[in-house]
Parts: sequence; C-alpha cells; structure tokens
Amino acid sequence: MGSDVFLQLTVSGLSNGMVYALVAVGFVVIFKASDVINFAQGEFLLFGAYLAFAFIAQFGLPWSLGVLATLLTAAMIGLIVERLVLRPLIGEPVISMIMVTIGLSSLLRAVVNGIWGVRPKAFPNFIPSGEVEFLGAIVGIDRLLVIAIAAILLTVLTLFFRHTRDGIAMRAIADDQQAALSMGISIKRVLAVAWAMAAITAAVAGIMLANTVGVSHDIIFIGLRVFPVVILGGLDSVPGAIVGGGVIGLLESYTAGYTTSGLELIVPYIVLILVLMVRPYGLFGKEIIERV
Amino acid sequence: MESGIFFSDYRSDMALRRMPLQKVRTGLLLVGLVVFPFLATPYWLNLANQIAIATIGAIGLNILVGYTGQISLGQGAFMAVGAYGSGLLTVRLDVPFYFSIPAAALITAVAGLVVGLPSLRLKGLYLAVATLAAQQIVEFVVTHWDGLTGGTEALVVPAPELFGARMNTDGRFYWILVVVALAVALFAANLFRSRVGRAWVAIRDQDIAASAIGVNVFGYKLLAFATSSFLVGLSGALLAHYRSIVTWERFTIEVSISYLAMIIIGGLGTISGSFFGASLIVLLPAMINTLGRSLQDTAPWAATVLPYVQQGVFGLVIILFLVLEPEGLAKLWRNVKDYFRVWPFSY
Repeated sequence: MGSDVFLQLTVSGLSNGMVYALVAVGFVVIFKASDVINFAQGEFLLFGAYLAFAFIAQFGLPWSLGVLATLLTAAMIGLIVERLVLRPLIGEPVISMIMVTIGLSSLLRAVVNGIWGVRPKAFPNFIPSGEVEFLGAIVGIDRLLVIAIAAILLTVLTLFFRHTRDGIAMRAIADDQQAALSMGISIKRVLAVAWAMAAITAAVAGIMLANTVGVSHDIIFIGLRVFPVVILGGLDSVPGAIVGGGVIGLLESYTAGYTTSGLELIVPYIVLILVLMVRPYGLFGKEIIERV
Repeated sequence: MESGIFFSDYRSDMALRRMPLQKVRTGLLLVGLVVFPFLATPYWLNLANQIAIATIGAIGLNILVGYTGQISLGQGAFMAVGAYGSGLLTVRLDVPFYFSIPAAALITAVAGLVVGLPSLRLKGLYLAVATLAAQQIVEFVVTHWDGLTGGTEALVVPAPELFGARMNTDGRFYWILVVVALAVALFAANLFRSRVGRAWVAIRDQDIAASAIGVNVFGYKLLAFATSSFLVGLSGALLAHYRSIVTWERFTIEVSISYLAMIIIGGLGTISGSFFGASLIVLLPAMINTLGRSLQDTAPWAATVLPYVQQGVFGLVIILFLVLEPEGLAKLWRNVKDYFRVWPFSY
C-alpha cells in the first residue's frame, strides 16, 4: 500500500464526501428554518437523478438544458411538498414531523419506482470520464470534477447565508422565531425557500451520483448516510455539513480500502454514537441541547 | 342508553371495563376471537396471526413512543434480537419454545437497556438518530457474525410442540398468539394505570416537571426501554416460531418504520390504537394485492405496479392521518362510540 493508493482513496472519499455534504446542506437548511428532520432527503436525491435521466437520456435535451430543467422541477417538487404536507403540521410534536417525512419518503420512492422501475439505468456521461495522473496517483477526472463542482456550490450557499436577504432571514428564524416574526420576516416564505433549496441541492448531488455511479435505486441509502454527517457537523451548521461530509466520506473510503470486513457500512454510525455521547450538538452546532 | 355513571364501591370504580356497553363489547370481542378460527379460511387465519404478532410489537413500541415520548427507530433491531435469540436457543441448545421465547424477550430487554442508555443525555430528535444508529449496527452484526447467526443465510427453526401437538398450522398457532396478545394487552392496560405508567406519561408531557415532583426520570426511561423491548422481543420471537424461518430481511429499518406507522395511524398512547394500527398496516397491502389480482384480466399491467402502489399508499396513509386526524384510528373509534352512546339523542 503506497502513497498512491492513499491518494486514490482520499480523492474517492472526498468526492463521496462532497456528495454527502450537498445532501446534508439541504438537510441542514430545512432544520435551521423549521426544526424538521427530513427523512425524505434520500428520495429527493433519487428524484434528482431520475429527473436528469429523463430529461437528458429519454427526452434527448442537451445536458445544459437538461440540468436546468431538472433543477427547476426539483424546486417545484420541494415547494409542493412544503405547501401540502409540512405547512399544515407547523407546531406539531417531533414525532409527527419525523413520521410525516418518513411517509413522504415512502410516497416519493413509490412514484419514482412506478415511473422508472427499479432496474439501474445507464446514464450518458456528460462529465468526461477519463483518468489523469494527479500528484503521482491515477484518479478519475469525474471524481475531481465532482469535488470541484460541489466546492463551488457549497461556497455559493455559504455566501447566500451571509449576504442575501433570504439567507439572513433564514438565520434570523433559526436564531429566534418570534423575534424574526416581529421584524416582519415571513416564515412561510422562508420555509418555502428552504424546501426548494433542499430539493435543488439534493438534485445536484443526484446528478453527480448519476454520473459517477449510475442511476439506480441504491442512491436512496445515501439518504441515511446523511445522519452521521449532520450529527458530526452539527444539525444547524452549513460549514459543519461540509466538514462532516468530508470526514465521513474519507473515513468510509479509508476503512473500505484498508480493511476487508465491510466495516465501512457501520463506521459512520459508530462515529455518530460517539459524537452523540460526547458532543451532541456536533462540531459546529449551536449548544442548545437540553440536558435531561 | 345510559344517563349517568354512579359507583357505590371502589372495586367497580377501579374496574378496567366499567360501563355495561364496555362489558358487552369485550364479551363480543372474546366470543369473536374464539369463533373466528372455525369460520376463517387459512388466508384470513394467516392475516390474523400477523396482526396478533404486530399488535404485540406495536404495544411494545407504544410504551416507549406513545407513553414515555422517547422516539425509537430501532424496533426492527429489537425484533431481530428476539427472533434470533429464541431461534438460536431452540436450534442450538434444544430449549423448548415456551422457555426460549420468554428468555429471548428477556435478552431483548437487556439490549433495550443498553440502547436506552443514551437517553440519559439525549432526547427528541437526537435520541431518534441514536436509535437509528443502533438499528444499523444490529443489522450489520446480524449479517456479519456468521458463527452465531449464520449471516445472510436463513435460520430454520423447527415447528414448536405443545402438549404433544406440533404447532405448525395457522389454526393451531392462532391460539398461542391470541392468548399472548390478550395477556400483553391486559398487562399494558393495567401498567398504564399504575405508578409506573403515570410516571411515564409525566415524563412524556413535561420531563422537567416530572423530575420536580419526584419522578426518577432516567430510571423510568430505562424501565420504559426495557419493558418496551421485552414486548418487542416477544413479538420477534413469536414471529420466528410462527414463520419457522429467521432472515435478516424481516428486521430492517423498514420494519421500524412500519411499526412507527402502526402506532401513529392507530393513535399514540392507546392500546386499542396499537391493535387498529397493526390491523391496518397488515391488511392494507393484502387488500391492495387482492385488488390487483382481481384486476389482472382487465388490466394486466396492474401486477407490475402493485408493489409501488402498496408503498405509495403506505406513505399516503401516514401523511393523511398526520394532517387530518393526528390522534389516529383510536380517536375515530372513540367518536363512533360517543355517537352511539347517547344515540338517538346525540346533542
């Protein structure tokens, strides 16, 4: 095992990690705005991948238009879900919120499977898939590009939260809902924006996954991987989601590369439990957790 | 029709079924349960058995989620512990099933205590995520510890024997399941009227107030985890002997989710709700299946979309109940009862 193997593992771990980070950011945005844990994030991912497949491979749109159409449709779905399912439940107990997103995930999954079936689909690669030598190791271009695209997108999102009106409104609501309301911020608008953004980031992650690993039902399991990521980073922190995604991706990649027992399947969850025991609010989360 | 409730002694005031109508309904239920296997086809017996097992599991989960307010996504894992526990005791050590099932339930209770430990520091969402991790880890252990569980291979459990009769048909197993399910329901109903049950409800409603009035919050939470896992393990163990085969696919996160759906749809914190929810979640896919098969001639494509329809309806039912009737089927049933209690003067 030389340093080139290490580098390869690092690149593939980071590219997976960035996909996790994108999904996790959508998750964090929803949690920040409404304290809802979205169990349907994996299904948003699935929807994104299949929508891109439909627009680009089935309808034959050029990929730039196809991606645009995918993102718009994803945003629409996010808005519809928020309006029909989440808004009637504002103020309900945690268990209702968890269960409604679980019901949603089952419904979305059924829709995707009903339209496109469960067999994996071949996706026309629009990201070049050759290999390059990078610091002495051979790595896929697509992997590097995934890292780059995700990095750009995550930077844009961070800037969004710092500098735009909606971004600041979202942080205000996360900080103190009543104070935000009395300053004239519309919670309904912010919630709608949050769900649309979550759907869009998940769709981007879905497209990238479609490109690197193909369009298949297994994408859904990445939705569950989000939990270790957001708990490690802190449920309400965007930078936390990015760091958490990277760490979990790398950890999985190294465990898969250096051990043979399939341990990479549960290493993220072991990390999750350790974090919960030691520092439940995560690396960058706000320390508001109540001691019982 | 009743015009008021007057009790002249504590005994009748404390009784579980106080009103004449309640007694009539309970009597009808018992008679129905006894008569049912003689009238039902094997198909319906099979469904009834599934409902009985699910009801036991749902009552167990309700203790934790509905009464104590601790959200658990680890139901599947606990059922796996119960099923593999009892299965392995029977297969490897030749323990008769009437010892192995309670033993497995006890093992599950201990596992529940371990998973409950994080509740010392975590609540709400965080605890839910911790139990999700427990679910994943148990699934991994079950599929990878080949020496103990046989890994992904199915574990074959011989049909149990009772009084020299092999309990290998739906009709015979029905009696075991009905007796256990009724005993569990009775136990739970009495438990919730006791000191322990009231402490749990106090913790659910406001944990700080509960500790202020002297409830040992952590102790009672652990007790809730143990009691709940005992019943869930019991239902897993019964499932193992009923199916006479144990595979890990029966105990995935999907199972945890469908049990949560049962108690949400049935009504959190009610025993009748556990039964209603379990019945609905068991019957719904079966009914959709029957419907799909009857459409087979007119619409042959129906069979291919059937699994997705089942999944979609499952999700839709959860969402609709949460949005329209958050208190579930138990509330609907209560409405019906209230309507007929003073019928025809219902105002």
